[in-house]
Amino acid sequence: MTRILAVDDSASMRQMVTFTLKSAGFEVVDAEDGVKALAIAKNSKFDVVVTDVNMPNMDGITLCSELRKLPNFKFTPILMLTTESSADKKQAGRAAGATGWIVKPFNPEQLLATVKKVVG
Amino acid sequence: MEIDLSQFHAVFFEESFEGLDVMEQELLNLEEDTDLENVNTIFRAAHSIKGGSATFGFNQVAEFTHVMETLLDEMREGKREITREIIDLLLKSVDCLRGMLNKLQDGDDVNNDYVELVDYFNQLLSNESSDDKQNTPNQNSEEPLSVSNKDDDNSNGGYSIKFVPENYILQTGNEPVRMFKELEGLGTLTVKADLTKVPNFVELDPELCFVSWDMQLDSQESEADIRAVFEWVDDDCLLEVKQLNNSSSNESEKTSDNAKATVSEINSEASTQTKAQTEPLVADSKKLVPIKKEKEAVKSTNKSTSSASIRVGIDKVDTLIDLVGELVITQSMLGELGENFDVSKLEQLVAGLRELESNTRELQESVMRIRMLPIGFVFNRMPRMVRDLSAQLGKNIDLIIKGEDTELDKTVMEQIGDPLTHLVRNAIDHGIESNQQRADNNKQGVGKITLDAYHQGGNIIIEIEDNGGGINPDIIYAKAVEKGLIEEGVEIPEEQIIGLIMEPGFSTAEVVSDVSGRGVGLDVVKRNINNLGGSVDISSVVGRGTKFTIRLPLTLAILDGQLIRCANEIYVIPLASIVESIPLAGIKLTKIAGNMPVYKNGNEYIPIVDLRDEFDIKTEKQSTNEGLIAIVEGENRKIAIKIDELLGQQQVVIKSLESHYKCIQGVSGATILGDGRVSLILDIVGLSRRSADRATAVREKVA
Repeated sequence: MTRILAVDDSASMRQMVTFTLKSAGFEVVDAEDGVKALAIAKNSKFDVVVTDVNMPNMDGITLCSELRKLPNFKFTPILMLTTESSADKKQAGRAAGATGWIVKPFNPEQLLATVKKVVG
Repeated sequence: MEIDLSQFHAVFFEESFEGLDVMEQELLNLEEDTDLENVNTIFRAAHSIKGGSATFGFNQVAEFTHVMETLLDEMREGKREITREIIDLLLKSVDCLRGMLNKLQDGDDVNNDYVELVDYFNQLLSNESSDDKQNTPNQNSEEPLSVSNKDDDNSNGGYSIKFVPENYILQTGNEPVRMFKELEGLGTLTVKADLTKVPNFVELDPELCFVSWDMQLDSQESEADIRAVFEWVDDDCLLEVKQLNNSSSNESEKTSDNAKATVSEINSEASTQTKAQTEPLVADSKKLVPIKKEKEAVKSTNKSTSSASIRVGIDKVDTLIDLVGELVITQSMLGELGENFDVSKLEQLVAGLRELESNTRELQESVMRIRMLPIGFVFNRMPRMVRDLSAQLGKNIDLIIKGEDTELDKTVMEQIGDPLTHLVRNAIDHGIESNQQRADNNKQGVGKITLDAYHQGGNIIIEIEDNGGGINPDIIYAKAVEKGLIEEGVEIPEEQIIGLIMEPGFSTAEVVSDVSGRGVGLDVVKRNINNLGGSVDISSVVGRGTKFTIRLPLTLAILDGQLIRCANEIYVIPLASIVESIPLAGIKLTKIAGNMPVYKNGNEYIPIVDLRDEFDIKTEKQSTNEGLIAIVEGENRKIAIKIDELLGQQQVVIKSLESHYKCIQGVSGATILGDGRVSLILDIVGLSRRSADRATAVREKVA
């Protein structure tokens, strides 16, 4: 089964993302910031990572570049959830090795459509 | 798949309110120390609220937080100076957002108060803003993935696409094969791989991509839609998308090829422009529908989500689970013991029961701990209030908060918030002198209010201390005489005089001020605290300051009780209220004012309350020197309860009598004893009132 790591500091967004992905039959592990996500990622393998950008302790962009250093995450699709549609944020994400992004606000259908773009 | 977003609303509101609290606190910190990390924290909180509100369809909140966020972004990037004016504006916005969220949570409409603030933000931002600002709102409301415009551009015959990715493309997680699959979804795709750049096997780095592709896509989609497939790799590849001009069948009346090309170019240009213009509109009209839907959803789920939730640390839950595990073990051990029990196993049984008792007690304590929250939740409201009020009154006041991690029951906390706020207001308004007065009295330093909390026995003590002018007992005495609370000439100890300021109908402020002259006085504070089973003490030194000490039980659900017997009934007296107990045999009772029996203890006369009379217990009269009296105290009044026997002490779980039966003066609740009997818990204050009323009635009857 496809395993997804969902990272967001906002509990409601995290629940929404997790619920949506689980409803679509994915296996989801969630984390509330970059530090926790990275700790989980070090001991596990995921097919997709979906992460927020602005988070305390470790933001999504740092998480992304940290994940790319792990052998298990060299090619794993990493999607950023971002409200910033500005080019420089996207650029920063890309420079850190992000695969793509989902611009907030998004609805569950849009989330699934985007995630499905990068799985299988 | 249809996912009902309203199920996440409760969490969204909860975390948004928390976020607002954090913002408020950090904004206040910002005034003292413009630390960038503070700004970041505020920014993140605003950002989360914005993201959530947009997702869950609360667009007004999203609109508002968007402008806030823009300003905060400028602050954190150092483009905007952090001034008192800006902090004021942001604090006001926090209040406004709180109001909006409260309304939305209740399923009400948000009024348009916030629009003014948004305008103000926009004004502020446009002053020195760069021009990208105008674009941001639109960009924000833009639908994330391109909306396909199927109706324009249907003149295309197809595209030729050249895709040359940078060799590191795979390391961004982007897989060309997946993009081709997506393209296939748009039309008929033919792919030709160009392998010329692939090195020989020895030199081949398998993690890099050396292949490029030429594709033919037969599709009616617009060029923008085709490019959207490559959006994520825009900068990491060379991409050429060329429209193939073989679609003359659609353009029937065009004569020359040149003209046709121009027209179709114009067409496509025009269509992209209209698309750009209409897109926000499309997004807007789309947004309108969800608002309505969400509102209904909020209304319908309101009742179910109104049950308050509590956030519990995982360690507390883990302890609980461990304890339940132990309980299960003890239970199965006892169960086995009971199956073939004989006297030789008595010792084991006793040990097992002891184990069970300790399990239950620990379990009870852990469950209670779940309801315990740090008092910081209440204390944290204060800095903002002190800031605003002291500014309003022109006083310099520092607030010092200690012991904010001290825990107390959630219910107690909810009810202590208002009295505490009141006392702090009072300290700001009446406690701390004006700057002028302080200077006149040669007082050093600024006004200081200290909040402290700590545990003492089964109580939590909360102290509110100021270094203001203190309370002058002479003024209080004079005022009390004037108000008819005491008679002129009566000697009362100083602390009791000061205590008078908490009596109903007492207000010493010469001028009723905007801050704390609001009809609700300290008497209400005292009553509220008493209702929680707590007490307030005041100590004050003229010229040095005043200290209010609030003592509260940690929880309202469990009570340390003394079981007593009167005739065949067993009652519970709150242990904390018992002063002493004396056998009746050794003392003399006197009667005053007709038939009122009292116990003379030194200089004080303590009225005797006989439960047989109060609760009409039918039994033969006991002789006067059997049994004993328990002297109990409530609200500074003592009574002596006549009882037959003191039984054990134990913690009792309080059950409401009011909700099961009705409210009875003198009884605060009931509990169930070990043998299954119901026992009433005596309410000392109520009982002394009840007995006094009855005595008066008796006296009047005699007279």
